[in-house]
Amino acid sequence: MTKPLLDVRDLAVAFDTDGGAVHAVNGVSYTLREGETLGIVGESGSGKSVHVLAMLGLIPRPPGRITGGQVLFEGRDLLALKERELQKIRGGAIGFVFQDPMSSLNPGMTVAAQIVEPLRIHLGLDARGARARAKDLLDLVRIPNAAARLDQYPHEFSGGQRQRVMIAIGLSCRPKLLIADEATTALDVTVQAEIVALVQELKRELGMAIIWITHDLGVVAGISDTVQVMYAGRILERGPVDDIFADPRNAYTLGLLRSLPDLSGSRAGRRRLHQIEGAPPDMRHLPPGDPFAPRNAFATPRCRAEMPPLSQAHGAAPGHLVAAWYDLPKLLAAEAVR
Amino acid sequence: MSTGTPIAETTALAAPAGSPALLQEPGTLSAFWRRLRARPSAVAGLVIVGLLILMAVFAPWIAPYDPTATDWGNVRGAPSLAHPFGGDEVGRDVLARIIYGARASLGAGLVSVALAVSLGLPLGLLAGYAGGWIDGAISRLTDALLAIPFLILAIALAAFLGPSLVNAMIAIGLSATSTFIRLTRAQVRAVAAEEFVEAARALGNPPWRIAIRHILPNIVPAILVQATLTIAAAIIAEASLSFLGLGQQPPEPSWGAMLNTAKNFMDQAPWMAIWPGLSIFLAVLAFNLFGDGLRDALDPRQRT
Amino acid sequence: MSPQDPPVVSVRDLAKHYPLRSWWGGKGSVFRAVEGVSFDIRPGETLGLVGESGSGKSTIGRAVTMLNPPTSGTIAFEGTDLATLSAGAMRRMRARMQTVFQDPYAALNPRMSAGDYVAEAFVLHRREMRGPERREAVAALFQRVGLDPRFMGRYPHQFSGGQRQRICIARAIALKPSFIVADEPIAALDVSIQAQVVNLLQDLQDEMGLSYLFISHDLRMVRYLCHRVAVLWRGRIVEMAEADVLYADPRHPYTRRLLAAVPLPDPAAERARLAARDIGRHDQPPDGPLTEVAPGHWVAMPRIEAA
Repeated sequence: MTKPLLDVRDLAVAFDTDGGAVHAVNGVSYTLREGETLGIVGESGSGKSVHVLAMLGLIPRPPGRITGGQVLFEGRDLLALKERELQKIRGGAIGFVFQDPMSSLNPGMTVAAQIVEPLRIHLGLDARGARARAKDLLDLVRIPNAAARLDQYPHEFSGGQRQRVMIAIGLSCRPKLLIADEATTALDVTVQAEIVALVQELKRELGMAIIWITHDLGVVAGISDTVQVMYAGRILERGPVDDIFADPRNAYTLGLLRSLPDLSGSRAGRRRLHQIEGAPPDMRHLPPGDPFAPRNAFATPRCRAEMPPLSQAHGAAPGHLVAAWYDLPKLLAAEAVR
Repeated sequence: MSTGTPIAETTALAAPAGSPALLQEPGTLSAFWRRLRARPSAVAGLVIVGLLILMAVFAPWIAPYDPTATDWGNVRGAPSLAHPFGGDEVGRDVLARIIYGARASLGAGLVSVALAVSLGLPLGLLAGYAGGWIDGAISRLTDALLAIPFLILAIALAAFLGPSLVNAMIAIGLSATSTFIRLTRAQVRAVAAEEFVEAARALGNPPWRIAIRHILPNIVPAILVQATLTIAAAIIAEASLSFLGLGQQPPEPSWGAMLNTAKNFMDQAPWMAIWPGLSIFLAVLAFNLFGDGLRDALDPRQRT
Repeated sequence: MSPQDPPVVSVRDLAKHYPLRSWWGGKGSVFRAVEGVSFDIRPGETLGLVGESGSGKSTIGRAVTMLNPPTSGTIAFEGTDLATLSAGAMRRMRARMQTVFQDPYAALNPRMSAGDYVAEAFVLHRREMRGPERREAVAALFQRVGLDPRFMGRYPHQFSGGQRQRICIARAIALKPSFIVADEPIAALDVSIQAQVVNLLQDLQDEMGLSYLFISHDLRMVRYLCHRVAVLWRGRIVEMAEADVLYADPRHPYTRRLLAAVPLPDPAAERARLAARDIGRHDQPPDGPLTEVAPGHWVAMPRIEAA
């Protein structure tokens, strides 16, 4: 195993609101190897986006507060860095792509200007060199006729092309890590397919690590090496992608997989959709134990009282970690007998 | 499936972005009070406004003297135990006149703004929701109103109807109307684009009911804030008109009229000017502080 | 539901055009958002309307309910041509046809309690109902959609997204309509909540014999929920068939491309799909008249093949 590129240790983030503190991230720890693709799955309020923004210094403070933890990137603690040093890493060694390509691009600047900017800041290229590299980048993300399109404005690009431009900017300084936060959520399904395929190809060419944040289990299945399921600011399960889908050990993961529509056979014979009851918890008043316990039919009294640690799941593939006091395969087997 | 607690599905970061017209989060009065109380200047403004209103309402019980009664022994009398604020040019008690003068100042502020809102709100609602030529006509009317200088309007009214406090209120109210037409119209147009208005149509709501039941409640907070701030401006306007002799007529007291007479005795009896000046300052400041606090409490997002 | 029943909704040759102003302000060309769309929805049937952004699917939903009346074409609802109705008659007709909107955060009036919001259906259309009776009816609706009737006095911001959508559904079914347009009703909801709402919609259909026009970009949910599916491309239907037939045997190139783009929640299958994809191909889908290639299976055939 190669050394970790990113080592998140016990990260915690809170937001102060009129109604009390919102505990958005509650002790998140994980590592990411060089060249690894990590898919993070979760719903709104799971902390999947907030924790990445926090480690890049991108949450507004106040109301946001990092209440604990370390984020080691190539051995340096990002949380301890000065804003100036962090800026060098952001858009440099760590590139990112956000959900909405329209609002992430400045409508009043040409695409060239927006790609060139980080190149000059981070790589110290001169104007001519930066422009040549910008054209190469648009070629890289397969925008046809790149040289001519450099001087166009964002509104002259389609939604999918804008997201390609964002990816080009994210990759412009040859990052070791690319973070994509719901990067295809706002796009049509055919465009999403093209972007996902593009990222796969770029990864093969450039070899960077990727954190892909999404709520879509389908997208995660195709591109991830490792999948991490988050809920209420915690990691509930994490492991190799095939293992997570074939052998889920946390009831929430299982619920998400089961709630996908069953498309086998004809419409008439299909079972009702499995539904996870209840709603996500109020992040200001989190339950004392496992945050999913109130919605979990398998929950034990201990689940409601005490948060289980994230640890190796019994009999599962190495590196398949789960936070659960119950033994899901055993419970499922019992359920099947009944 | 429903759980007993309100659910925060969104973190502070992911708070749904709403239209600026909607002064959210709405709902509970207690939440509103909590946000208002968190702003000491707003609370101070509210307390002063409250005290001034109490003073105006209970003037006959509070005032030590009849505000129009003259006392030859107290002509331009310096502040003393008997007359803490001193006496004016005909020996009337300045404290009593300040207390009674609050009736003219606050009354003018409240009545003229009430007039402006009661004209501006329906017209703005009509313009914003009906659109088309109605909107065009009302908008041109607003432009015309804005083109008439406030003082000219007041002087013209005084010339036609004679100078009086009521006519000053009418002049102030008419001048402020265009503000409320414009504000209401802009707010209505923003709210009308919201999906719940379409949902109201989809249920079969007639247009008048959509305007009254769905749009109006959502623009009230913005109107309320503007009204509070306009009261402060109206108090100054009343003082100005009375100072010019176009408002409250002697011997009835008004802070502006008191300043008017005081200007002739600035060196002999400065207290005649200081107390009404301070009163105007305090009242205007209080309404402005309260209005600003109200805006923040009703719409936390509008803070800059 | 049987093919012999007369359709609840019958749409013929629906078109919605928007004038495009030319730069000097004069009359320009028109933007054809929807063109030549025809379909029937039978009692108790769910017709899925799928397509990408700009395909005109929401425009059709708003045209069918006359919230944004079409430029041309007829919409017959329970045998009545909606274009012939006066404004008042149309408002009364709305008791029979309802809409559930995409964004339950935007569709609720923030200053109306949930109970009042639902009760509005009765206030408008059941004027003879007295207060206590209305309260009881609203409480029953709350119960029916899985909300605690004690929450009737609460305001929208005190509910979660899923609960809000239940409030919208309660109001939509209050008058026992025969037809509901569901315009992306689960798109704004979390994954764990989507199934709750889809199950509720399905239960209500079984119970009340509702017909749905289910507008969605979620191709998996459409396949699961809908009896028949119409695929829209640039304002036209390019293919329409029973859901199982359409997904198993898509004929139109655009339908194929759309279905091939849906990610599969199965790592091995999804990796294979990604690897096999030939990205960057933008076929101009052929655009001819709808032809019945098999009973009930309509495809816009390429003109050259149709000839």
